[in-house]
Amino acid sequence: MSWIDIGHIDDIPLRGARTVKTHSGCIAVFRTSDAEVFATGNACPHKGGPLSEGIVHGTRVTCPLHNMVFDLATGQAQGADTATIATYPVRIEEGRLLLDAAALSPSQAAA
Amino acid sequence: MKRKLVIIGAGMASGRALEHLLEADADGFDITLFNAEPRGNYNRIMLSPVLSGEKSYEEIVTHDADWYAAHGVTCRFGEKVLRVDRDRKVVVGENGEVPYDQLIFGTGSSAFIVPVPGHDLPGVVAFRDLEDTTAMTNASGTPGGRAVVIGGGLLGLEAAAALRMRGMEVTVLHIASHLMERQLDPAAGYLLKKDLERRGITVLLEASTKEIVGEGRAQQVNLADGTELPCDIVVMAVGIRPAVALAQDSGLDCGRAIKVDAQMRTSDPNVFAVGECVEFNGNLFGLVAPLYDQAKVLAATLTGAEATFAMKELSTKLKVTGCDLFSAGDFAEGDTREDIVFRDPGRGIYKRLVIEGDRLIGAVMYGDTADGNWFFGLIKDGTDISEMRETLIFGPAFQGGAPVDPMAAVAALPPEAEICGCNGVCKGTITQAIAGGATTLDDIRATTKASASCGTCTGLVEQVLAVTLGDDFVIPAAKGICGCTDLTHEDVRRLIKSQELKSQEAVWQELGWSTRNGCHVCRPAINFYLLADWPLDYKDDRQSRFVNERNHANIQKDGTYSVVPRMWGGVTTPDELRAIADAADKYNVPMVKVTGGQRIDLLGVSKDDLPAMWADLNDAGLVSGHAYSKGLRTVKTCVGSQFCRFGTQDSTGLGIRLEKILWGSWTPHKVKLGVSGCPRNCAEATCKDVGIICVDSGFEISVAGAAGMEVKETEPLAKVATEDEAVEYTTAFVQLYREHARYLDRPYKWVAKVGLDWVVDQIADAAARRALVDRFEISQSVYRTDPWAEHARPSERPAWQPLADLTLEAAE
Repeated sequence: MSWIDIGHIDDIPLRGARTVKTHSGCIAVFRTSDAEVFATGNACPHKGGPLSEGIVHGTRVTCPLHNMVFDLATGQAQGADTATIATYPVRIEEGRLLLDAAALSPSQAAA
Repeated sequence: MKRKLVIIGAGMASGRALEHLLEADADGFDITLFNAEPRGNYNRIMLSPVLSGEKSYEEIVTHDADWYAAHGVTCRFGEKVLRVDRDRKVVVGENGEVPYDQLIFGTGSSAFIVPVPGHDLPGVVAFRDLEDTTAMTNASGTPGGRAVVIGGGLLGLEAAAALRMRGMEVTVLHIASHLMERQLDPAAGYLLKKDLERRGITVLLEASTKEIVGEGRAQQVNLADGTELPCDIVVMAVGIRPAVALAQDSGLDCGRAIKVDAQMRTSDPNVFAVGECVEFNGNLFGLVAPLYDQAKVLAATLTGAEATFAMKELSTKLKVTGCDLFSAGDFAEGDTREDIVFRDPGRGIYKRLVIEGDRLIGAVMYGDTADGNWFFGLIKDGTDISEMRETLIFGPAFQGGAPVDPMAAVAALPPEAEICGCNGVCKGTITQAIAGGATTLDDIRATTKASASCGTCTGLVEQVLAVTLGDDFVIPAAKGICGCTDLTHEDVRRLIKSQELKSQEAVWQELGWSTRNGCHVCRPAINFYLLADWPLDYKDDRQSRFVNERNHANIQKDGTYSVVPRMWGGVTTPDELRAIADAADKYNVPMVKVTGGQRIDLLGVSKDDLPAMWADLNDAGLVSGHAYSKGLRTVKTCVGSQFCRFGTQDSTGLGIRLEKILWGSWTPHKVKLGVSGCPRNCAEATCKDVGIICVDSGFEISVAGAAGMEVKETEPLAKVATEDEAVEYTTAFVQLYREHARYLDRPYKWVAKVGLDWVVDQIADAAARRALVDRFEISQSVYRTDPWAEHARPSERPAWQPLADLTLEAAE
């Protein structure tokens, strides 16, 4: 895997998210606790709501448009909903956020 | 022939290595031991009990003079090593050279001193060695002595507790938002803070030290927020730095510390290092367990045996009597994990397990750490826990556990906890009434008046009945806020007030939340309740707000936002209109629309543009209209007596005055006002949350109207003679609503629940009314500001842009 430095952990508010622009669309990077981050596709599969603007609770996010809830680790919708969002490897190294470069490839977005 | 071994530093790691070495080969080495401190090896970990007076220095000595003599170790204590000449293989001390065949660095670490002004004043000490401890003990001799401890980690808290035991007034300053943030999660940090405060230690979080000042010695610590803390001693316990200067000067390969391989060998094959001065695979070491492992490996390497050092999971315990905490493994980092949370508010217990796949990878516990080592074992061994997952949190003795009691929070309340705020009835009074024969809600209402007024504490009274009577009382099904709790909104509001819960962590723990930090349903509600009840103690949490309130603009279905500047009372000026038109042009606003609230909506703005657009509007004197908030939206007015031939009063002026008082305040749901200058009611005041109709003899104030999914006419609250009174009654009503309504109930829904009569009674009483206005003003001292101005500041703007733009990299 090759990793891309996308910023510092403290650039993301605790229980918040920021986006990363890529050619294959926006990726949302969530900070669920002091040193816990997840990266997923930013668009909700329901009506395209920006997930990075949702309320982050535990390791989940609630879409700001219609309250669909996703598990950030698996990408699975919770409850009765069945949709899935893409998840991408991201890790923290000495405070820097490293995103898997494979997240940028168009084939990944198409999948 | 004996090998010449020189050891620099007589600390715990090198001391342990020495023991192992002499055990394996008592006659193989001619050993010289240097130490900068004028003494040999003592158990540094036990300095806390020495400081608190629970132990004496003599009791923590590991190797005394007799021990060194018996083992033939030449001690050069109190002598600094000046340099190491690796070509000639000699160590140069202040009193002369010593040749070596093999050399061990055990130089340890030194305290990290924050370089604030005044850090070098006498009276500023670290907590590393016996000298520091003696300095603190001396300071604690001053009657009424005050200590400030900078650093709320393991060491700082041990120092704070020890100084407190010696009778000092102690304040702990910690830069992070909870104590021991490396070892604990926020919930355990909250409980720890509470325990420390109970023993008289003041804890200030997110406290940034600006300077230490004093005449000839440290006398006061000043914080960045202006707080001044007079003191007799300052203890710096913010962290340690490996002591590597000597190794660097000697030309050894160093990173953050002295680099060693798994045999503890440095870049020079005849030079070794052990302890806190070591860097292994990028890791530094501060806890004792791995240091002892290193010592064992080092002794084996020196005696020609096979040994390899490996990283292990670590666990932490705090050596403060009465604070029972445990943390182990990794509970804060990773990708695919799941939490199990258990809270018992009555006994102050919190446990959290972190599971990844079928393995336990982390555990945090507070209050009951009996099972800590069992969990630690599961973590270290990587045990498959899938079979016992359901009951894992109850520990090894408890498989097939009982369900968690949904009434634990109420059962845990002390007798003096207030249940009914209207009539001042506490839990003890209710349990007494039950002991006296009351068995139903009506009995309680008749004998104690609890829940007999506004009725919002009914759920709590029923729970007290159920807890006290057991199966003899069946609670009518009430619905909890969400899956995180069985308590209702009304229950939670009441308990936040009566139990003085002033943080989210306090609510999660004391009310037994089943999740780490709530969900999208409960968190915005709890955030509102906390800021409404404790405006000066609790800080609004943006991350607990719905997107519109977090971004101070309304999100649209395509992800763009709408921007609505405030127009006080619906009045604007040509200059304001020009500024709005310019902003619409500059940011390519696709639609400009006049709203029903007498102002202008700019729709279709991208998030990136918001701060710049707000700055432009601010320049023209325009502020946020809060068109997005559960707060004051608009005050709709007619032109009133100034122009209208029917107008009886200055309805426009009154509307503007009300809006300037109420704007910025958060409320359970949105609040809209209308002020009409005569009964013709052109401002449509009688379907608003508060409507004022001006008449010749004064002002008719009515409340609880609706014009949404439901349409409802307002009901009369009061008729008053003067404009000042109209303002006072309106403000008092809004505050009453803020203090009592459940989140997301508009005023008409709330009034229907508590009854208009109750509301009228509260407002009619002059003293109660003024108290409501006073409390509203206290809250507004924090919230009557323009959020746009705050976020338009250049320092805030990067947060509104994407974190990174990788479209360029991807193209390459």
